[in-house]
Amino acid sequence: MPEQSILMEYLPLILMLLVGAVVGIQFTLFSEWLGAKRFTKEKQTTYESGMIPYGSASDRFSIKFYLTAVSFLVFDIEVVFIYPWAVQLRELGMQGFVAMSIFIIVLLIGLFYEIKKGGLKWD
Amino acid sequence: MSDLTFTLIEFGIKAAIIINIVLVMASVEVYLERKISAWIQNRVGPNRVGPMGLLQPIADVVKLFMKEDLVPKAAFQGFHRLAPLLTLAVAIGVYAVIPYAHYVNIGERTVYWGIAPNINIGVLFILAMTSIGVYGITLAGWASNSKYSLLGGLRSAAQMISYELSMGLSLLGVILIAGTLSLNEIILFQRDGWYGLRWMVFLQPVGFLIFLVSSFAETNRTPFDLPEAEPELVGGYNTEYSGMKFGMFFLAEYANMATASAFLSLLYFGGWSLPFPEFWDSIGLIEGTWSRALLQFGSFFVKLMIFIVFFIWVRWTVPRFRYDQLMNLGWKVLLPLSIINLFVTASVIIFFGL
Repeated sequence: MPEQSILMEYLPLILMLLVGAVVGIQFTLFSEWLGAKRFTKEKQTTYESGMIPYGSASDRFSIKFYLTAVSFLVFDIEVVFIYPWAVQLRELGMQGFVAMSIFIIVLLIGLFYEIKKGGLKWD
Repeated sequence: MSDLTFTLIEFGIKAAIIINIVLVMASVEVYLERKISAWIQNRVGPNRVGPMGLLQPIADVVKLFMKEDLVPKAAFQGFHRLAPLLTLAVAIGVYAVIPYAHYVNIGERTVYWGIAPNINIGVLFILAMTSIGVYGITLAGWASNSKYSLLGGLRSAAQMISYELSMGLSLLGVILIAGTLSLNEIILFQRDGWYGLRWMVFLQPVGFLIFLVSSFAETNRTPFDLPEAEPELVGGYNTEYSGMKFGMFFLAEYANMATASAFLSLLYFGGWSLPFPEFWDSIGLIEGTWSRALLQFGSFFVKLMIFIVFFIWVRWTVPRFRYDQLMNLGWKVLLPLSIINLFVTASVIIFFGL
């Protein structure tokens, strides 16, 4: 029985996401049916401030975006680690606090190292 | 009636109401935004459609539906269609965990106001959904196969993931104090003390400020609306969208703004809780009656509207950041500050036993 009730608890969340998707599909379909359809060649080009588009848009982009994403991954995993600890802190007591302090301090040192190295520098 | 049927019927009714709330709130926000911006700039604002321009949002939606739905030849058709859908579905899905009031007793059953307000992963669900929101925007930028869109999408992704970190870390202060991830329990913690005014904003002022700034960046609102900075990027990730597909991004943005306001009021300002709970009990409005629930909903709604007006007010007051300033603020100020805030909160709990 308990397993079933846990599933029952999560069911509405999944259903709500489905409802959101259904609303989205409705909007997409209505938008495609209702609008005028007078396509011309010029209308269907990508917008480039009135110029004829050249090259592909899937070109190279700045490495900084990539660096930001990698740093994000590191710190987001940190956050994921901290969440269960935060809920249970009172039960874990002193030991849990010291353990997590070491973890956080190591990551803070990492963050400051990255800043010093210029890994997060935008200009 | 079995539990499953009851759950499904309950869900159906609540979902219908909540979808309507989302759509109506979005149009109210659009109207408010246009009116308030007009007042701030000493203009009149929309005043032609209906009394005081009140029907303007409806006219806008009809217009968006009737527009020609242009998709560029070069775009990746399937993904181009999927992106706004994903953004909107996620923006609506978040509403599943928001508690609007406590509960009402109908017969023998207790019906909570909200689809799953008691779920034990409420806060995590919000963070997960905001993360998925990034996919929709990045996908839109990439699938359009346009240079402006790609740049807008990339900028948006970098900005949103940067501020998501400080958002998640500033929330941890609240979770440490309340010791739970369920939104209703966080509200109950705020209600049960200091005459119903043990609001987290008094216990976590720094965390509140970090969360406030991050939620502006998460919803792509000014002063952090770099993804759609018109002078540089035309329209950012939604340059190549038209008709209701553009409208879906628009709708999702306003829905996210309402969500952010809702979470600010739930986590830091007591949500639906009423100050002085004993007073309401003593005049006969006990928990579980409709009048008490409606009062609680009123309390929540007033806080929500205050935050929405604040969001709009800031948009028409503060100028846009430069991109390096935005990144510096996120990584070099807010992130260390939120880690220190977390550390101090944990120390106070351990050493002074809050």
